Amino acid sequence: MSNNGNGKIKPEMTFWERLYFPEILHGMSITMKALFRPKFTRQYPEERWVPPPVFRGRPVLVVEDETGVERCVACGLCARVCPSLAIQVQAAETELDKERYPVLFEINMLRCIFCGFCEEVCPEEAIIMSKEFELTFADPKDAVFGKDRLLTPRSKLEDRLEFLKQYR
Amino acid sequence: MAKVTIIEDPASGNGKSVEVENGTTVIRAAAKVGVEIPHFCWHPGLSIAGNCRMCLVEIEKMPKLAIACSTQVTDGMVVHVNSPKAIEARKAVLEFILINHPLDCPICDEAGECNLQDYTYSHGPGHSALEEAKNKKSKRVPLGPNVVYDAERCILCSRCIRFMDEIAKNPTLTFVERGDRVYIDTFPGKELDDPYSMNVIDLCPVGALTNREYRFKARVWETSSTEAICVGCARGCNTNIWVRNNEIVRLTPRLNPEVNNYWICDKGRLNSYKHVNSDERLNSPMVRKEGVLQDVGWDEALAHAADALKPFSKDEVGVIGSPFSSVEDNYVLQKFAKQILGTANLAFLDHSVDGDDDDFLVRADKTPNSYGAREAGVVSPKGIDVNRMLELIGAGKLKALYVMDDDIVSSKEIEDVLAKLDVLLVNHWVKNRTTEIADVVFPSATFAEKSGTYVNFAGRVQLARPALSTLEKERVPGRFRMSRLDNFGSAFDEWNKGSRRNVRSSWEIISAVGNLLGGRMRYQSSEKVFEELAQSNPSFRGLSYAKIGYRGASLSKGPVGRKSNEAVVVK
Repeated sequence: MSNNGNGKIKPEMTFWERLYFPEILHGMSITMKALFRPKFTRQYPEERWVPPPVFRGRPVLVVEDETGVERCVACGLCARVCPSLAIQVQAAETELDKERYPVLFEINMLRCIFCGFCEEVCPEEAIIMSKEFELTFADPKDAVFGKDRLLTPRSKLEDRLEFLKQYR
Repeated sequence: MAKVTIIEDPASGNGKSVEVENGTTVIRAAAKVGVEIPHFCWHPGLSIAGNCRMCLVEIEKMPKLAIACSTQVTDGMVVHVNSPKAIEARKAVLEFILINHPLDCPICDEAGECNLQDYTYSHGPGHSALEEAKNKKSKRVPLGPNVVYDAERCILCSRCIRFMDEIAKNPTLTFVERGDRVYIDTFPGKELDDPYSMNVIDLCPVGALTNREYRFKARVWETSSTEAICVGCARGCNTNIWVRNNEIVRLTPRLNPEVNNYWICDKGRLNSYKHVNSDERLNSPMVRKEGVLQDVGWDEALAHAADALKPFSKDEVGVIGSPFSSVEDNYVLQKFAKQILGTANLAFLDHSVDGDDDDFLVRADKTPNSYGAREAGVVSPKGIDVNRMLELIGAGKLKALYVMDDDIVSSKEIEDVLAKLDVLLVNHWVKNRTTEIADVVFPSATFAEKSGTYVNFAGRVQLARPALSTLEKERVPGRFRMSRLDNFGSAFDEWNKGSRRNVRSSWEIISAVGNLLGGRMRYQSSEKVFEELAQSNPSFRGLSYAKIGYRGASLSKGPVGRKSNEAVVVK
């Protein structure tokens, strides 16, 4: 490479490259080799990728399978730490031991940046990052996920919970 | 007098000296020079208990550390607030308190405004030497109708007990049991149902005593607070209005030694803002068409009101002011009545409830501004009162009536009398029996949605600032403490979708009607209204919003309040 003075970079070719024809053959040989290599293209959407536990998909709320009660105590720390102000929580009192629960829990997925701070700050391991990453919306209102779409049984989130144990 | 030196910075050893009267305690002397000595049990409005030991300081020539809350100053005393010994002692005290205090700040309502949380961060050891499980005590104990007690969180400072004994003068609370089993309870057969019981919630330095209504409703850091006053009675207690999503979530008292000190009654705290959040709020100007009130735009309603008043002579119209509204509203109204309509039919209703008062804060007059309405000039030059106006209406001599921010229909008889009117114009914030029979209804702003001054029963002018945005007006930045959502949110966010009501201040509405009738009342803001009032009315001479500030000012002919220089900042 050399700078010809006006800011543009002009590649310097070797002798063989300047001959032109041998490089054509070189290129053809690469193409021919690739034809017989195993294919790694995924036939999306028929064939889908299952991310590893370290993957941060959209945040979900953990529901205990046995009791059907969400772990969340509506402390609002996730909403406080969220750098993009995506989370909105409204607490209310419950008769259960945990005293409070979220009567409203909304995540605006258009605002969410999948940073995982909510998961990190949660004192109850109640909000965790799932493996779901395919999010499309036709209307901005559809992007506001309420409790109906956030609550997920613990049994479906086992490997992420297992992964998080090492950071306790 | 005694000269004391308070040394905050142990490294430099430079102190602040202050002359205080003999008998002053060290904590108050330090507060005078702006040094806050951490404390839990001491409160400037209560007696000294000295049981939390948090305010330990090192005093030269004293053999041991001394508690700043009860040690009295002597001449030449030198106090080391942050000496290594004092810091070590404070750490030990905090570690001791935290032996049994649960560390579940995320679900505690006090988090964000908790003395224990703040001091643990600034003075605490950051760890505990104990591995034993914490004590289990009863949680969610209703001590009374409005206060819920959590014994685990309680640090046993006894502020609430002392408040009930000394300020409410209704001994209700006491310590029960001994040692680490001790908790607070009401005396047998008693309930914490005193009219001032909820002050213990503000006094509680931790989250042990909570407001049943506000419990878990919002986190402190989500709310913004605005300095306002309580409009529940003629005392006009100073308050902070706490707002989230353009909705009032709670009211707390604000220190003003001239009016309410640190306190407020439960009724004022719970009920004085209920009409602001009411479902019955009017949200659009309305005009009666074919017998039915229909929503219309502001311009149409204003034009309709002006046209409706035009045909009547000055003796055929009457105007009723409001002790619920600000001085500015009443001033503009009386100007409208006297100068534009030229009528002498001008009065406002008294809303006193005889016997519903006490010798502490509650006044029988249930309005915040009767003194102000009178002083602003809502008084008939011919001595006509509301009853006389009703007689005139009944006799068919008074044909058009303008009622500002008041519900005058208290009985069926009055409703029948008002039915004889040709025109009834009403400003109000909620639907009521007067707005139902009106011909034109203007939705007006409540005290929480406008800047306005109110004069309490003792002649003290106080300023309430707008805590809520209306459809047309934003809150003025800098006049309220902003929350994170205020700072970083956008207008499109979910939490900004709280209802912004289509209301205007009464002085705006009335000056607009007046201008359509040929008046020249062009005010840019309520502050400008007040400026004109201060120039034209001798009672308000020399006053301005800046002079009224956060503590209020006395009317120039009213009683002169005592001066308070002490700058103690205590929660």
